[in-house]
This record gives sequence, C-alpha cells and structure tokens, in this order.
Amino acid sequence: MDALFAIAGRDFVISVSDTSNARSIVRMKKNYDKTYKLSSHTLMSACGESGDIANFSEYIQGNVRLYSVRNSQDLSPSETANFIRNELASSLRSRNPYNVNMLVAGVDRNTGESSLYRIDYLAAMSKVPFAAHGYCAHFVYSVMDHEYKEDITLEQGFAIVKKCLTVLKERFIVDFPGFTIKVISSSGIREYSTNDI
Amino acid sequence: MARRYDSRTTIFSPEGRLYQVEYAMEAISHAGTVIGILSKDGIVLAAERQATSNLLEQSIGSEKIYEMNDNVVAGVAGLTADANILINQSRIIAQRYLQKYDSPIPVEQLVRRLCDMKQGYTQFGGLRPFGVSFLCAGWDSAFGFQLYQSDPAGNYSSWKAACIGENFSNAQSILKQEYKDDDSEGSSSTAGTQMTMDDALKLTCLVLSKTIDTAKLTSEKLEFATITLKNNKPHIHIYTSDEIDQVLTKYDSVIKPSNND
Repeated sequence: MDALFAIAGRDFVISVSDTSNARSIVRMKKNYDKTYKLSSHTLMSACGESGDIANFSEYIQGNVRLYSVRNSQDLSPSETANFIRNELASSLRSRNPYNVNMLVAGVDRNTGESSLYRIDYLAAMSKVPFAAHGYCAHFVYSVMDHEYKEDITLEQGFAIVKKCLTVLKERFIVDFPGFTIKVISSSGIREYSTNDI
Repeated sequence: MARRYDSRTTIFSPEGRLYQVEYAMEAISHAGTVIGILSKDGIVLAAERQATSNLLEQSIGSEKIYEMNDNVVAGVAGLTADANILINQSRIIAQRYLQKYDSPIPVEQLVRRLCDMKQGYTQFGGLRPFGVSFLCAGWDSAFGFQLYQSDPAGNYSSWKAACIGENFSNAQSILKQEYKDDDSEGSSSTAGTQMTMDDALKLTCLVLSKTIDTAKLTSEKLEFATITLKNNKPHIHIYTSDEIDQVLTKYDSVIKPSNND
C-alpha cells in the first residue's frame, strides 16, 4: 500500500513517498515520513514491513554516520547503496531476513552527478533514472516511461511528479492523505509540499 | 637496567618506553633503503635490494615493492617475512572494502587499518611487533596523490618525501634540501608541490646514489615503481630491470658527480 517513487535529473533527484502509516483497514498516522536522511547528500526512502523498516534504516543511518565521523569524509551515494545492498544480502540468508524495499537517492559531492538506486527486499539493486515501489509502480511507471528524457530540469521533473500524483488520484483505489516530496541536489536535501511543485 | 623490560612487548619500562617496539625500529634501520617522493602528477618509490647474488632469479617476485590494491603501491623496509603477512592482510582489507562499497579504499583508511593491526601487537597477545616499516604511495578521488609512512608502533603520517631503512636520516636531510615545495597557500585537497614526475625521478636517483653504499647504481640492486593517473584512473607501474637501467642512464648526470665524493 506504500507509495514510493523517485526521478533523477542530471544533478538532482526528486523523491516522493506517501505519508500514510496503516495496517489492514486502519490508518494509524497520516503524516508519516518514510524517508531517512543518511548524509547531507544521500536520502533513502523505505517501504515493507513496519518494524523491519525502522530497524534496518536506523542501523544503516548509524553505520553511514559512523563512517563519516571515523574517516572525516562522507560515503558517496553509490558506496552507500552498495553498502546497504550488502547488508540486506547478508540478512537474506539468515533466520529472519529484513523485509524492506528502498530507493536510495543522492548527489555525489565531488562530481555533482545524481544517482538513484532501487533496492528490493531480495537485495537486488539497479542504478536507474527513475523507480518506484509498491502498487503505485503499476501506475507511475507508465507515466515516467512516457515522459522521461535524459537531463531534465527540476521544473520538468516536478511536472512529471505532478502527472504521477494525478494518475494515482484518478486510478488507484486507495486515496493518499499526503506526500513527502524531497529534492536532493548539490546544495543538500530540501523538502517541498505538493502545493509548491 | 633496560634488560629487565626487554623480553615482554606488552609492558612499559619505568621511563615509559616500549623496548620491543624500539628494537623493531632498530632492525629496520639496518634494512634496505626505500625512498618515496610525491609530485604533482604522481609518486615515485625506489628501493635498494639487500639480497643480491648472481644466482638470484630477480626478475620473478619482488623483495621490496608490492601492489596493495589498484590504487596503492607500497615499499617495505625490514623483515621481509613479517612484511609478507602485513601485505597479505592489507590486500584482503582493500578487497573487503571494494566488495562492501564497490569503490576503491581511500589510501589513508588502508594505512590506518594496517597500523591498527600493528599497534595490536604492541599492546596485547604477548607477541613481538612486526619489524616492518612501510612507505605507502596511493591515489584516491578525495585527496589525490598521497604518501604515507608507517612504523612498527602503528604510527603513520603523510609526507611529501620520505625515506625508511638504512641511511634514512641522511636521505631525509637531502630530501629536505632538494625538494621543491609549493610557495603558495591554499589547495587543501591535493599536494601543494611544484615537483613534476621528472623532478621526482631525478631527485630519487640523486638520493639513491648518495645513500646506497655500492660504487655504481645498477638495476640489479634496485626496485622502482611509480603511481600516476591514466584516463583519470590510478596506474601503478613497477619497473622492469631494463626500464630501471633507462632511468639510471637518463639521470646519469645527477648520479655521476656524487661518486666522486
């Protein structure tokens, strides 16, 4: 039921996640942030099993932060994504694997290039220009496949995001109370409201 | 007096010294010299082989210079057998990092992990320290070219030019005199130096000729390596004997005068 999707331009990534925290027919919170800030220029959004998400994400956050403090330099987004995938892969063949899907978005501080990685609960990772997790993927991929071009600007990115939100409102049976929209660029992570875009 | 505190590595002397560590460093000061010089475009490592004989098959295997990773090459001074263990370990460390992060290990981190290992042997376990010092020359995207020296105590520091092994203090003073330092401030991430690779090779030959005992420098007695950038990627070149001969001939002018001293 969670909706996560993201789209990358040359030097930015827009990450969108819904803000509903629900179980079965009950919604427990309607302004729940599904993103986790890993460093000043890397953001992770996660969906799947509630307890696993929090546990795994906080574990990753801690380790990424430890690396920064130990080595006086941040992990790049690609190093972070590979680290996450490795941890998830190790847990896969344990007694109780983590059941978490995530999107890791970031901008490399040295090169200024953006990157987006889609990692699923089986620790399969791909570097992609746009991605989605959950039921929303069935709707949102159609829009992004149609609209996406290389090197889009931020405005063009927002336009695509708007179209995605529109199609979800039109055709997805579940009505979302709201969305967290965050943009990662060379100046860091900035949040936008659905009205701003 | 010192004799009482010698035998166990893991205890201090009353003066607050660790004798075993100091003795290890003493062992290294009798080993073959290794020189490292940092330039704008790369790093030169040169080493003197101590085991030379007509019967030695020297084209196979190194005694002094080893590749640790695609982006780090190290020169070793001290007990070769000890060095082999540490080199093996650092290669594993580098590969584990690559597997975990899909990115080459930053040079300082590799040196630090290696030094943490060496420090362990000075504090617990009751085993003697490693009788090895390293000169690690490497490149990473964060800090460019870097040269690190590490000793048996587990200390490490970054240098523009350094020397370990026999006659190292002699070599260090020559390097201090002759090294072309950067006059201006700024540029924190890359080495502030005006030396080119050519300058570095020349200075290396000069220092080698002054610190090595033999009458004539030949490729038999030397190991040479450089690390530079090719297509924005680090490129390690360990010289063959012919290539070393070429370098020695090229900078012959620098070598010859010193033999008249």
